[in-house]
Amino acid sequence: MRYLGGILLWLCLATAALAQPAGDPTPLQYRDRAEEARFHALTAELRCVQCQNQSLADSNAQIAHDLRREVLKLMHEGRSDAQIKQFLVERYGEFVLYRPQMEGSTLLLWLGPGLLLLAGAVVLVVHVRRRGRNVPASAADDASQEEREW
Amino acid sequence: MNTPVEPQSNKPHRLPPIAIILGALFFLGLMGLMLYGVSRSERPDRDSLPSALIGKPAPAFSLPVLHDPSVHVTGKQLRGAPYVLNVWGSWCPTCRDEHPILTRFAETKRVRMIGYNWKDEPSEALRWLEQLGNPYMIVLADQEGRTALDWGIAAAPETFLVDGAGIVRWKYSGAITQQVMDEQLIPALEKVEAANGGHKGAPDLGTLR
Repeated sequence: MRYLGGILLWLCLATAALAQPAGDPTPLQYRDRAEEARFHALTAELRCVQCQNQSLADSNAQIAHDLRREVLKLMHEGRSDAQIKQFLVERYGEFVLYRPQMEGSTLLLWLGPGLLLLAGAVVLVVHVRRRGRNVPASAADDASQEEREW
Repeated sequence: MNTPVEPQSNKPHRLPPIAIILGALFFLGLMGLMLYGVSRSERPDRDSLPSALIGKPAPAFSLPVLHDPSVHVTGKQLRGAPYVLNVWGSWCPTCRDEHPILTRFAETKRVRMIGYNWKDEPSEALRWLEQLGNPYMIVLADQEGRTALDWGIAAAPETFLVDGAGIVRWKYSGAITQQVMDEQLIPALEKVEAANGGHKGAPDLGTLR
């Protein structure tokens, strides 16, 4: 266990090649529980710009602390979720969105899986139909053929 | 399986050649993608993101000068000639690595070098500059880190090139090496200077005070 901890620490240090400053340790102040829930839902959909495989809610990077503080401040200013996302996209790029906006450059990303599924379905239907046409002729003389793996 | 009456007669069960070719191409494509990913993974800037600010105006800001916090510098005051903005902190070990390269470049006096001291203790920052030398024409202090969000700064060191009109032209995340300097920053600067009609931005301190 001790080794594992050491390895994990080493891995963290190795990936955080760029260092971090010390930050403001005061916890975030929510006005009420609804706001807290909204904050958590929003930051879970935003990506940390330094630890790129963590969400803004999870990351302990200093910049993530700063960005969480800023997100809460923007919420207190009465900005909508979409406006806050736009604020971050303008500064850090589309990358911060775990769910990218639908536009020309992301069309393939959004529709790609559906297209692949559709292509697979077409191949399957064509294949099954072709087999269906061939099987009745041979099924009469060799019943065991249906059990055969193809 | 155990009744091979006519072993070669099951014609419809064989894949058509076009399907085999397509499958092979798909597989080779995946292999290619994997090799591309592996070859990319050794680049030091593999995690850095393209700046959202390239081609856009640098954010408006007003920051105190590290050496004299009563003086504030705004983005507007820096217009008129290109400048290089280098984000650093005394807490940042990688900033030490790029320091000699930045210093050598600053000594050519080719462009104004602006230091951006990010989330740092002023006394520590001053000591750092005293120990290693100060390559910057002026150092701005962003102790709170609020302005850094407008610049899209994620980690130090980061380096921006802003042209005379105040448009961000280039950005690099991570320590500047001599290679990055020669292959990226200097060509980008040459482009900015060429667009400016060959007028080289002479360091102009007069507008700051």
